Amino acid sequence: MFPNENGYYGAYGGRYVPETLMSALEELQAAYRDARADQRFLDQFDDYLRHYVGRPSPLYFAANLTRHAGGARIFLKREDLNHTGAHKINNTLGQGLLARRMGKRRLIAETGAGQHGVATATVAALLGFDCTVFMGAEDIRRQAQNVFRMRLLGTEVVEVEAGSKTLKDAMNEAIRYWVTNVEQTYYLIGSVAGPHPYPQIVRDFQSVIGRETRRQVVEATGRPPDCVVACVGGGSNAMGIYSGFLADRDVRLVGVEAGGLGLDTGRHAATLSKGRPGVLHGSLSYLLQDDDGQVVPVHSISAGLDYPGVGPELSHLKDTGRVLFTTADDADALDAFMLLARTEGILPALESAHAVAVAVRTAGSMPSSSTIVVNLSGRGDKDVETVAREVRQ
Amino acid sequence: MSTDRIALAFGGLRERGEKGLIPFVTAGYPDLETTERLVLGMAESGADLIELGVPFSDPLADGPVIQHASQIALTRGTNLARILELVARLRKRTAIPLVLMSYYNPILSYGPETLIAKAAGVGIDGLIIPDLPVEEAGDILALSDTLGVALIPLVAPTSGARRIAFIAERARGFVYCVSLTGVTGSGGRYSDQLTTMLDTVRAHTDLPAAIGFGIAEPGQARNLAPRADALIVGSAFVKRITEAGVNQAVAAAQELVQSLKRALAEK
Ligand SMILES: Cc1ncc(COP(=O)(O)O)c(C=O)c1O
Repeated sequence: MFPNENGYYGAYGGRYVPETLMSALEELQAAYRDARADQRFLDQFDDYLRHYVGRPSPLYFAANLTRHAGGARIFLKREDLNHTGAHKINNTLGQGLLARRMGKRRLIAETGAGQHGVATATVAALLGFDCTVFMGAEDIRRQAQNVFRMRLLGTEVVEVEAGSKTLKDAMNEAIRYWVTNVEQTYYLIGSVAGPHPYPQIVRDFQSVIGRETRRQVVEATGRPPDCVVACVGGGSNAMGIYSGFLADRDVRLVGVEAGGLGLDTGRHAATLSKGRPGVLHGSLSYLLQDDDGQVVPVHSISAGLDYPGVGPELSHLKDTGRVLFTTADDADALDAFMLLARTEGILPALESAHAVAVAVRTAGSMPSSSTIVVNLSGRGDKDVETVAREVRQ
Repeated sequence: MSTDRIALAFGGLRERGEKGLIPFVTAGYPDLETTERLVLGMAESGADLIELGVPFSDPLADGPVIQHASQIALTRGTNLARILELVARLRKRTAIPLVLMSYYNPILSYGPETLIAKAAGVGIDGLIIPDLPVEEAGDILALSDTLGVALIPLVAPTSGARRIAFIAERARGFVYCVSLTGVTGSGGRYSDQLTTMLDTVRAHTDLPAAIGFGIAEPGQARNLAPRADALIVGSAFVKRITEAGVNQAVAAAQELVQSLKRALAEK
């Protein structure tokens, strides 16, 4: 159903970019429409997902965590077990294959936590592209391991010193590079944000998560779950898993944004909870901004959620009430990180730990006959240093 | 009414057989008081129209020079309300056409209808919104037509004939022709498509065509002059202003206006 022909999800979406990029977006839209109708392309994508990414990823019943929470049965969708350690690879493979079909030679990407950067660098190595990844200086500092991984994979990492030196600024710089080199370059956006058709493309490539999860949970419990929980940065892992359940009206969909140091401190990244509609990075969507329409600095302990915008389809799903949004703050995420490590032997990405925190909180108030699925979007190896630093303090 | 000031300026240029110069400065850089003096000084030295940039936190069509100016302007509290006050003051002292260049979000946040009405009221003649392509501009175009502000569109070397026709037919005031694929201030390698782009624009509208992005030197101005009705120069002015410092800013900008105007007049 969504989006409409102009790239709108209800009131949100569209294309708010410099004229220089408009033809490239039209070209991308045509190429994607073509690819989606080509069974060979779809088979090729499936084949890589199975043999290269390692799909389907397991749906794991977390018995110890369930016992700890004392209520609903908690299942984890193990996107952390994908090659490169997060859901991001589903999208980068799909777009990489699309870029190859379009005859592009170079991939560029923005990255926050570095997971999307690593997944893009990986696909560039696999499919033979030159690759440049833009990353904020602050994120380079806190996700040093991923920077090294990208460089090992043959990707050039460009340090962005502008603004808050995080994901937003990396995306500004990627767009500027794209404006300058638009004809040779494929811009591989890492979330369901950006101008049309990116939110649609990224959702579609991530929707494999939702399809698998629905099948797996029905297999395990005989019916759809009562609740699905995902963390929301730009919204790609969330849209990916929700897309399997949007039609199941009884399934409660919950999005968890980064509460940072607390919603009343102004130091958070809870775009849907605290923002209002605005335009950033090519689409109209909820945005954290001041009274003058200037984008405000945001904060989260997790670099992947540290973003003032959000995908337009999620803005629409907020307004319609289909998805409920809440927050977990830095301390909640750290606690959930430790909890999952100790109860299940799984180190989650700090992004995913936000979803775990809310799932545990919610499960306690639900009967033991009910089920919750958490999208465990990534693994926590990249965050070990951050967590160690926080625990020491 | 206000479209008239733009039409009048270009009409005068055509009559005199001259090419126009459109300097861009970031409003509030280094401060609003200096912006006021800059506009008056540049108008006096022969600028034909002036573009006032509204600072934005995420100026993704701009290179480092204008990014930096925007950031400084924002830290000094520059916003649309203060810029409108500035224009109201300027209008008492100059009839030069003034065009506001703003990313879309500050406009959206202010309320497009209120903003455009107030802009028309204080004497803004045109509006350039670099991240609002024609497809998204329908409502804003209707509002600005009603309220008498020209919504000036951009065409780019990548636009292609079909888009250029579509844009040119919806243009008001003049057509802003981007000289290169890149951000503002990138170093003057004009697109091979420049001539084709201008020919296509001219085939679809009688409005003047102004070329901008990456023009810094009198030599470049001289080369481009035969193809355009006017040239837009931004980063070069902002850079001069930075180098000169607050006290010398106006003199430095005036000097650049004069040298560019001289180059435009050379055959
Ligand atoms: C593991 C993980 N989860 C979630 C996110 C947030 O992105 P999104 O909201 O697009 O899923 C990131 C982003 O870097 C990530 O690395």
